[in-house]
Amino acid sequence: MNTSRLGRWVSDHVVMFVALLVLIYMFLPIFFVVLMSFNDPTSRLNYEFQAFTLDNWTDPCSEAGMCASVVKSLQIGFLATVFATLLGTLVAFALVRHRFRGRAATSLLIFLPMATPEVVMGSSLLALFTSAGVAGSLGFWSILVAHIMFCLSFVVVTVKARLAGLDSRYEQAAMDLYANEWQTFWRVTFPLVFPGILAAALLAFSLSFDDFIVTNFNHGNTITFPMFVWGAAQRGIPPQVNVIGTVMFMIALALVLGSGLLQRRRAR
Amino acid sequence: MSVAQLGGTVAPGGAGPGEQEVAQEKRRGRAGYLLLLPGILWLIVFFIVPTIQLAATALYDPNGSLDTGYAMTWSFSNYLDAMSQYSDQFIRSFLYAGIATVLCLLLGYPLAYAIAFKSGRWKNLMLVLVIAPFFTSFLVRTLAWKSILSDNGFIVETLKTLSLIPEDGRLLATPVAVVTGLTYNFLPFMVLPLYANLEKIDPRLVEAGKDLYANGVTAFRRITLPLSMPGVVAGTLLTFIPAAGDYINSELLGTPQQRMIGNVIDNLFLVQLDYPAAAASSVLLMVAIVLLVLFYVRRAGTEDLV
Repeated sequence: MNTSRLGRWVSDHVVMFVALLVLIYMFLPIFFVVLMSFNDPTSRLNYEFQAFTLDNWTDPCSEAGMCASVVKSLQIGFLATVFATLLGTLVAFALVRHRFRGRAATSLLIFLPMATPEVVMGSSLLALFTSAGVAGSLGFWSILVAHIMFCLSFVVVTVKARLAGLDSRYEQAAMDLYANEWQTFWRVTFPLVFPGILAAALLAFSLSFDDFIVTNFNHGNTITFPMFVWGAAQRGIPPQVNVIGTVMFMIALALVLGSGLLQRRRAR
Repeated sequence: MSVAQLGGTVAPGGAGPGEQEVAQEKRRGRAGYLLLLPGILWLIVFFIVPTIQLAATALYDPNGSLDTGYAMTWSFSNYLDAMSQYSDQFIRSFLYAGIATVLCLLLGYPLAYAIAFKSGRWKNLMLVLVIAPFFTSFLVRTLAWKSILSDNGFIVETLKTLSLIPEDGRLLATPVAVVTGLTYNFLPFMVLPLYANLEKIDPRLVEAGKDLYANGVTAFRRITLPLSMPGVVAGTLLTFIPAAGDYINSELLGTPQQRMIGNVIDNLFLVQLDYPAAAASSVLLMVAIVLLVLFYVRRAGTEDLV
């Protein structure tokens, strides 16, 4: 009896302790990003904290080209999210709600981009653009095309999961109450699926905003934020990069915590 | 077990009531194809066609150049050349990615287990913490490791004090740094599928095992662990595949001695402009990963992955 109680205490606390250590490991770099955003380095190639300053925060755009690259990433991220979410949601509806031939092939086509290393996807697109003779004009459009491509599968999977878990009796009830198909869709189905679509859109945006490898092959002269950081890393990292990293982190955290609170309030 | 099955079927058993009815209710006709068309076309034009073009480029005449154009000579020797010339980087990619995946499993399993079974009211908070690394840029947080592992940083100092590394030893620019970065960057991809899987396990099964006089360890080994295998397989694949193709960690945290195959492909395509060799390396990476995935999934015997 005693040993089993001891065993349970140990298993409860040891597992939790290890879990907390792993969480600290996952959090360490974020802590450093915030810390280094207040750093006043003596040289760019120095990665240690040297002196405290607020200059990076009061004027982050003093680093030439950085803010322009952030704007470029926001634009591409926004457009890629809109297109990928739209196309992906349509595919998810077809997969869950419709019969058609070639279902296995379609599923495979959706799955493959998620299982392909980014370096292969990026280089394939470059090979295509080169053979099509447009390699000289790569830029905003080619990054957008690529981002829509790799975001699509993630949207399909996310929306599909939500749609498949939906109880179809809600829709039957609406139809029984003389709603036509259009009304049923917009008043019942769509609001129920919307959280899934929203989650898919947020996922698509973060994938697009953060993408480096695929973009690196197809960016032409267009500089997104990850491209800027990569370029800067060769010469030494400006501390302002960490300001952007910190702001991104806080916005995302606020969004997640906010949506959690909203859900809890709705559940009440 | 085919790849098609990998991509097939929705979340198993997730449909709940009315699954049968929905299946019967599914509409035939053109609407389904119309909904599919734009998305599928996009994937065909910008994923399938490029992949075919990549395979074709890998067979171009290696003596051509971007300026003069490449002739299709069906040069299968490109593959052999790439394999022999870059075998070090290939082996290193799979080695680093393999070690990182094992580490992710060792770190991720206790974390996923704790969130699923031990976290109580802290569950949501812990899940947010797991995805928190995604909230900031991949490159920026990888660069943060440069600060953490820097020569005068607290980790290196501590290790020196404990005499675990020599006085002039360093972590940055070593395989340790690259593997640390890979492990860190892909850990959430291990934890999330593991958690999703563990959470679905009925705790009554474990209780039943204990009623039959299994102790905690036996109950875990014979009940929880086997039931969590689909999560382990999914997590391992989601970690290993991007890690094997990654070159950000080796570039930022390593030196040319830690270059992986991703660095080679990037360099051949964008710096040396040697398209046939670059494409051959890229195709080889993809084929190697597909073979590995198929072999692994077959061994693990797990069906629904997506």
